[in-house]
Amino acid sequence: MEVINNLTKAFASQENPSSPLHEFQSDNWKTFAGLGLPAIKHEEWKYTRIRNAYADNLVIATDAQLSAATLSAHQLPGTDHANRIVFLNGRYQAGLSSFQDDSASLVVKPLETAAGDEDAEFVNLHLGHSQKYHPDGINALNAAFAAGGVYIRVNKGKSLNQPVVIYHFTDSSNGYAFSQPRILVNAAEASAASIMETYVNIGGGESLTNEVIEICAAQDAVLHYVKIQNEGAKSSHSGTTHIRQLGKCLTHAVTLTLSGKLVRNNLNMVMEAEHGESHMYGLYLLNGDTLADNHTIVDNAMPHCFSNELYKGILDEQSTGVFNGKIFVRKDAQKTNAYQSNKNILLGDHASANTKPQLEIFADDVKCSHGCTIGKLDEDALFYLKARGISEQKAKALLLHAFAIDILDQIQHEAIREYADKLISERLSFDF
Amino acid sequence: MQEENDDILEQITSSEYKYGFVTDIEADEAPKGLSEDIVRFISAKKNEPEWMLEYRLKAYRQWLTMEEPTWPNVQYPAINFQDVIYYSAPKQKVAPNSLDEIDPELRKTFEKLGISLDEQKRISGVAVDAVIDSVSVATTFKEELSKVGVIFCSMSEAIQEHPELIKKYLGSVVPATDNFFSALNAAVFSDGSFCYIPKGVRCPMELSTYFRINAANTGQFERTLIVAEEGSYVSYLEGCTAPMRDENQLHAAVVEIVAMEKAEVKYSTVQNWYPGDKEGKGGIYNFVTKRGICAGDHSKISWTQVETGSSVTWKYPSVILKGDHSIGEFYSVAVTNNFQQADTGTKMVHIGKNTRSRIVSKGISAGKSQNSYRGLVSVAKNASNSRNFSQCDSLLLGDKCGAHTFPYIEVKNNTAIVEHEATTSKIGEDQIFYCNQRGIDTETAVALIINGFAKEVMNQLPMEFAVEAQKLLAISLEGSVG
Repeated sequence: MEVINNLTKAFASQENPSSPLHEFQSDNWKTFAGLGLPAIKHEEWKYTRIRNAYADNLVIATDAQLSAATLSAHQLPGTDHANRIVFLNGRYQAGLSSFQDDSASLVVKPLETAAGDEDAEFVNLHLGHSQKYHPDGINALNAAFAAGGVYIRVNKGKSLNQPVVIYHFTDSSNGYAFSQPRILVNAAEASAASIMETYVNIGGGESLTNEVIEICAAQDAVLHYVKIQNEGAKSSHSGTTHIRQLGKCLTHAVTLTLSGKLVRNNLNMVMEAEHGESHMYGLYLLNGDTLADNHTIVDNAMPHCFSNELYKGILDEQSTGVFNGKIFVRKDAQKTNAYQSNKNILLGDHASANTKPQLEIFADDVKCSHGCTIGKLDEDALFYLKARGISEQKAKALLLHAFAIDILDQIQHEAIREYADKLISERLSFDF
Repeated sequence: MQEENDDILEQITSSEYKYGFVTDIEADEAPKGLSEDIVRFISAKKNEPEWMLEYRLKAYRQWLTMEEPTWPNVQYPAINFQDVIYYSAPKQKVAPNSLDEIDPELRKTFEKLGISLDEQKRISGVAVDAVIDSVSVATTFKEELSKVGVIFCSMSEAIQEHPELIKKYLGSVVPATDNFFSALNAAVFSDGSFCYIPKGVRCPMELSTYFRINAANTGQFERTLIVAEEGSYVSYLEGCTAPMRDENQLHAAVVEIVAMEKAEVKYSTVQNWYPGDKEGKGGIYNFVTKRGICAGDHSKISWTQVETGSSVTWKYPSVILKGDHSIGEFYSVAVTNNFQQADTGTKMVHIGKNTRSRIVSKGISAGKSQNSYRGLVSVAKNASNSRNFSQCDSLLLGDKCGAHTFPYIEVKNNTAIVEHEATTSKIGEDQIFYCNQRGIDTETAVALIINGFAKEVMNQLPMEFAVEAQKLLAISLEGSVG
């Protein structure tokens, strides 16, 4: 495959033996060379032909320029005062990033720097845990190009006043652009932070983003994470969000997928301490040929943990929604309460949904349940609305909006929630 | 209290497997191992026509190219397929013309198992095909059944006497190429039951096959084929036991069901192969392929299974809902104890319009066992208005066992409604307390709760079986509080 040759060349050209990340990168390159790109015969990739995204014409995006005007044009509304981290073609752009919270609370620096200064110990310990946890070819591929990544630390006992919004720009004006952002977050003891990610394809061509973000939440931390994907029909995405609970803490994630070509999100919640609490919410509102694949893992390794998960899908036209939710309850994780639910509405005649809610339980004193549904809009509810003089189209929009609102309500940041609501309302032609 | 509960658990879960005896009968065996010669040997033993031998050889050659599946959530040492005896038959002078001519040892064996081969002695009308090791030894009520046109006989007999039906239907639902074990079965199957219900006939009695592994080192490979013609109905039961032995024995059966327009087939299994001892030594590897096709409109296939035996189970009774308005059902109670492992579930493939399926799976794990539900609900593009409801509940009795759920749901039609729900829990202390308070001791309370947990499935079993199954459940688990 040509694409492998191109990747090999790109890896060789960016190799920097003096970088503190050099060993990490080359080890992962070897792992990638061994594992290769995932194929559909691999159980984890059964419904998603990710290899199609790794086409031969993939251009490993090089440095480009991003104007301040482009940046502000794509800024999420209501985030003027937010901390802003900008990636361009998978590389952290310090010059374009700006911070509102002071450095006593929030520290952001290139991953390469962090790997060589006082944060080196943390980086060595936690960088690449997602790969160790769940070996995967494209995760290793990302790690091999980790030098452009960023390190975020929220200091002990500090609560950020503003969310951290991470913009991922990919410039596709020179062809099928490939970017691989890498992020490591250290949410220290008793810290509170809200992290959001959004993706922008500039240049009008095709793009592929292969991201890995690893978040470590320490004792008493509160962490909110939001991922908004609305890059357009020419953009593919494969990303891993790996959240570890190192102490008793609360982690909360919301994933919104509104457009894309082929989108794969891995979300891992690894609960390594007692009394942890985690929440995972997701909405995929798809049309066209979009395929969105959400693979989630909740790993209850210790006793007395609580986890809740709700993913909803609205699938129009020829779109495909894939959901795989794994709940692990390890042997000693007694008194675990774990819930999971996945609900899908098929609107399009050619839409399809593949779902696999999976429970693996090794402890007996637990309460675990999962449920999933795939269906159409409730005829009775539609009739009820139509009988009251509401047009069919409006009635449908009303019901779908109500279906989606459960997830939107989980976004804590008000402006972002309103923005997401606006995007969804527009899509549903919902204008009450 | 906890200690007391553990004692009760200990007592009950350690009850012995009562079907573990060996019958001392002379057996006619093939040499160990598998080769084309063995396949020819089996075919020759059965005096089979040329086309049957061809069918077997083709399957055997196919099998050689296949790999043993590794995806199930079970672990067992690799099977040496050359260390298995593929054919073993109790020596009988000639095929018995009447039931009186059956070897008294054999007759005793079945009596010990509670299966009477004497028609007149039976209270309820259940026709039995008794299969020991590789061959069918007796089929009861044949004549009475033939009066209404029902064919119920051993597979070997069917190959001789109804070749046109066998040619038409054998392998039509589970082709030899389907999977590793179905290919193996197609190559070496030695006997089984064949059942044909003609158009418009409601089978006057329950049909039943009783499988017994007796000889050591043998594998059992039986094949069951049920064909229900338009508008017919049959209820079919299957039971099985094996002696206690230290080595593992392989059981790889294939069951095929064809239901034509408006036909209904109800298939019930009480699986009680030897599960191995408390240390996990010995026991049957139960690798079975069961599949039915609702070929005609308005047809219905219903699987009910109570799985208590076998050291390793790998089994997914499935229904292909091809006819419009057809119905598939799957009711299962799977109990694992000690070191047993079960990976079982179903596949409901909706192809026709307005098809419906229902899955109720109850898993109970105790000891150090692992119990998995693995199921597929697939709705094809043209299967409009199809409907599925699945429910998988697991009950954990003990902190060293595991319960797992792997449901696959694939929907390609936007008018379909598919629902799945699953829960995992243990028997609550408050439930026990509630019973204790009302003067019900802990042991009875647990039995009561487990019975209630499995009730939905037990209710689906024919009467005769329900009693046996309930007893089995009690033996396996009663009194276990984690």
